[in-house]
Amino acid sequence: MSDSSLRLVWVYPDLLSTYGDRGNVLVVERRARQRGLDVARIDVRSDQPVPTSGDIYLIGGGEDRPQRLAAERLRVDPGLPRAVDNGAIVFSVCAGYQILGHEFINDLGQREAGLGLLDVHSTRGEGARNVGDILAEVDPRLGLPPLTGFENHQGVTHLGQGVSPLATVQVGGGNGTGDGTEGAWRDTVFGTYLHGPVMARNPAMADLLLKLALDVSALPPADNTWYDALRGERIAAARQQQSA
Amino acid sequence: MPGTGSEAPAQGGRDASLPARAKIAVTAGRVAAAVSRTAGRGSGSVIGGKVALRLDPDLLAKLADHLDVVLVSATNGKTTTTRLIAEALRAAGPVVSNALGANMPAGITAALAGGSESRFGVIEVDEKYLAGVARDTRPKAIALLNLSRDQLDRAAETRMLAERWREGLKDTEAVVIANADDPLVTWAASSCRRVVWVAAGQAWKEDAWSCPSCGGVMQRPGDDWFCAECGFRRPQPHWALSGSHVYDPQGAAWPIQLQLPGRANLANAATSAAVAAVFGVPPATSLQRMQSVAAVAGRYDVVTYEGRQVRLLLAKNPAGWLETFSLIDGPPTPVVLSVNALDADGTDTSWLWDVDYEGLVGHPLFVMGQRKLDLAVRLEVAGLPFQVVDSLAEAVRTAPQGRIEAIANYTAFQQLRRAVAG
Repeated sequence: MSDSSLRLVWVYPDLLSTYGDRGNVLVVERRARQRGLDVARIDVRSDQPVPTSGDIYLIGGGEDRPQRLAAERLRVDPGLPRAVDNGAIVFSVCAGYQILGHEFINDLGQREAGLGLLDVHSTRGEGARNVGDILAEVDPRLGLPPLTGFENHQGVTHLGQGVSPLATVQVGGGNGTGDGTEGAWRDTVFGTYLHGPVMARNPAMADLLLKLALDVSALPPADNTWYDALRGERIAAARQQQSA
Repeated sequence: MPGTGSEAPAQGGRDASLPARAKIAVTAGRVAAAVSRTAGRGSGSVIGGKVALRLDPDLLAKLADHLDVVLVSATNGKTTTTRLIAEALRAAGPVVSNALGANMPAGITAALAGGSESRFGVIEVDEKYLAGVARDTRPKAIALLNLSRDQLDRAAETRMLAERWREGLKDTEAVVIANADDPLVTWAASSCRRVVWVAAGQAWKEDAWSCPSCGGVMQRPGDDWFCAECGFRRPQPHWALSGSHVYDPQGAAWPIQLQLPGRANLANAATSAAVAAVFGVPPATSLQRMQSVAAVAGRYDVVTYEGRQVRLLLAKNPAGWLETFSLIDGPPTPVVLSVNALDADGTDTSWLWDVDYEGLVGHPLFVMGQRKLDLAVRLEVAGLPFQVVDSLAEAVRTAPQGRIEAIANYTAFQQLRRAVAG
């Protein structure tokens, strides 16, 4: 952490905040404050420069055209790659996840360059859109309970050698590659297709980002009563969706 | 003809002028509707329309041929506005309308087939079907209120809808009455030849930060908006809502007095007055007639339930919740929130996080519905106290005194209506 407060940067809410992505920001902020941390939240609109000194960067999902506009603007802004070089944590969802990769298919059906912060590239799936509850086991090295979320995407994301799958799908489509992977991560950069929002369904993921930012192995406990109730319900719903 | 019963409208009149195939289709649709009603499957309007349309795909066009048609479309407020326009136009002649909100082609066909010798057809149209219905019914006027995110797991993207409107309406002969305060609506309407712009306001701004035309970042100082990159900007309005008055194109201010609550309904009334004026009904007359509307398909209805007064409010998406929070009685009025995620609601509840709940500070809050736990986490993160309940009855038993505001999304609202009906 750069100074006394945690700098939480929300990248491009004007373009990439279509599926309740604000929820991820609110949950991380809330759980930080519950641990007694000061939080400086910085919402960066797409006509503003991305600061390099943030601790945690969140990038959300969006529709196809805003995704292209976001990629165009982020490609000419050195802020996010510099922040990653500085060791910042980046968590991206859906369209944001694709933008962090090498390339994706834009709204015009063309290949659009991403930022290359994750060794992945995305194509458009031929089959049915992945829509529904998803349940996945997280990479054991991250020490997290199962991920629950809601996915809604046509994109297929192929993982290169430089990343690991964030999770292994039990129910749902995930990366859509047919190998059961969901999301990707390397060091402090994460990507996932999960909405929900993902932090509201998986507060342990929010805590992981805080632990990485603070460089601590544990946080003071927080009341998880309602999160746990919601998780229980949605995990059961996902299993039922699979057997249906 | 067995089964048509008292629902069969008088033959003759407009029906007599329909071609034979259309007549058979209308009759078959009525039989199907009557069977559906008898079988207890609701009003029967949609199934009747589907049967009729299958027999004669041009039926909608034929039924609309004799009418001065007004189409109303939007993400929010279309059922209410359709009702307000229908009330206003009754000053000038009989009106047929899909007043129950069956707003896709089958429901529209059924509503028009059930009409008698009407002069006006005032039709609510689902956003996705507007272009097709406008082609079939050749409307005299089209009212476009707003566009915002709604059921994104199954609906088209919001800007895509605006683009479909723009493409589908660019050759329309209709007078388009459009909300100048909504950039997406403005963009959709600005390809039309005859547009009446209404400054109807729009509280929700999160779907129009990028220019629908060029993608530039929208500048939004005060009530104005413009794109600094391509120059696309808010048009000069002909009609303008200001507080509880509407200014007409001559600059005269007309007071809007409604039984319906809230800023959004003042906006709906302002737009309705502009539509009525297209047909020669002056604001003094149209606004006075709108005052008679108290509830629309159960929305805004104040009911007595378990000895308590409960007002039923429908809000289906972030923009709707935002407008609804602004119209409820102040604290400490108890508020019940009920959310489902069935197919008709959209199955992704992420939208709950686009809603600001700070406006509910000080209200005792009760959450229920199929997705009450999503609401619980949402309110917990907002730092608001709340109580999770299993039913409206439990909420009513627990809530402190005073009229209760019950806000629900689509199927949750229907369930509340059934609950209070006993």
